[in-house]
Amino acid sequence: MVEKSRIMDAAAMNRALRRLATEIVEKNKGADDLYLVGIRRRGVPLAEHIRDKIEAIEGVRPLYGILDITLYRDDLSTVGANPIVNRTELTEDIEGKNIVLIDDVLYTGRTIRAALDQLMDFGRPKRVQLAVLIDRGSEHRELPIQADFIGKTVPTKQTEIIKVMLKEFDEVEAVGIFERK
Amino acid sequence: MDKPFRRRDLLGIRDLTAAEIKGILDTSENFLEVNVREIKKVPTLRGKTVINLFFENSTRTRTSFELAAKRLSADAVNISVASSSLSKGETLVDTALNLDAMNPDCIVVRHGSAGVPYQLAKVSKAAIINAGDGSNEHPTQALLDAMTIREHKKQFEGLEVAIVGDILHSRVARSNIHLLTKLGARVRVAGPGTLVPPDFIHLVGADEGRSTQLIVCEHIEEAIRGADVVMILRIQRERQDAAYFPTLREYSIHYGLTNERLDLAKKDAIVLHPGPMNRGIEIASEVADSSRSLILDQVKYGVAVRMAVLYLVTGGSASA
Repeated sequence: MVEKSRIMDAAAMNRALRRLATEIVEKNKGADDLYLVGIRRRGVPLAEHIRDKIEAIEGVRPLYGILDITLYRDDLSTVGANPIVNRTELTEDIEGKNIVLIDDVLYTGRTIRAALDQLMDFGRPKRVQLAVLIDRGSEHRELPIQADFIGKTVPTKQTEIIKVMLKEFDEVEAVGIFERK
Repeated sequence: MDKPFRRRDLLGIRDLTAAEIKGILDTSENFLEVNVREIKKVPTLRGKTVINLFFENSTRTRTSFELAAKRLSADAVNISVASSSLSKGETLVDTALNLDAMNPDCIVVRHGSAGVPYQLAKVSKAAIINAGDGSNEHPTQALLDAMTIREHKKQFEGLEVAIVGDILHSRVARSNIHLLTKLGARVRVAGPGTLVPPDFIHLVGADEGRSTQLIVCEHIEEAIRGADVVMILRIQRERQDAAYFPTLREYSIHYGLTNERLDLAKKDAIVLHPGPMNRGIEIASEVADSSRSLILDQVKYGVAVRMAVLYLVTGGSASA
């Protein structure tokens, strides 16, 4: 993969996450009922960052959980054999909660569909909203799914890949557009 | 992302690398969580068909595989020998080909003869999982034993494991010896001389450098002393016509695991048994019911291990 352009550096990412945190708090009129759920892998540290920022803004630390959607994927037969299964950690009951699903990139919408299916197996939340750092644009969407909170919308070609790089997995903190080889 | 297991079938532990075994254990650990949810079901293998083909009775293993398949949303069909065409004279290969014609994705097979799963794997398009073949292997039992050990001991490197009982006929012992020595543990086996042949030591290949990791002991005490894990095998009473030892009472006196014998092991030693237990013969009730006994944990981990194995062999189209 060759990086074509860098669309966010660490400072820009931080600003985008702070704005996402503010918008989530504003739309939900506070943070008392919020339950942030990060989608593995990169949605997890992003959810943690947003949680910290919400706490800094509101003085309330929202509930927090992790979803691994591997067992709910609809493409097991096309992605090749056995993607790695990781643990889902929803330690608090989701029944009646205001869930904010958090992921790094919104592309076809299939990951979010899988996450919604999984959430419903754990209970009946009051409401589910979606926050993503990057939205690749609705023209790529294969399902009727849109985000409620978007860090940055980046129209891309299908041959391109958006990679959100995080300290937890990569050496840098940045977002780049790469060309699929 | 690295894939932990690329094989189409799970026929035995002997064929696997240490990395593949660790990959299956890691995947199994993550399936544990599904089994404690209120809705214990995920859609992962929706539309897949798993046939449990059991030529030997085994309520525990068959139920474990059936639950595993159903919790992954696969359709599970149980075929037992009494109702199969084999009792009408059909050959094993013909049975396999007929089942294959119905396009199952996976066949889980248990048979009294060693090698049957290997034979089926050659003719079947479905993934084959060995659920026990004769005295050869029982890979998912060894994997669930390993998962139980890892949950409590965290690692295998340097662990001392005693396996006591009918080593000669035990597929559980064979699979466990392969698995534990591949992961760096040392295994001591003990039992009556007729059931623990001294040349058993050749089971682990000298060429792989594991021959020093298996020790054949004459007395149970020698095997248990200082052990981290004590694995007791079931005395197969149905085999006692062959008179490998004089009486069950004598076996119990010389090889039964009592609290006194268990005191020879490390203070934090754990006790495993593949079940079903003969209480008062190979294991005293006071040991079986003690806090050191993890026999029910083994059963619990069994479902997660079998979910992981089913997922890994049927989870994709290009796993061969």
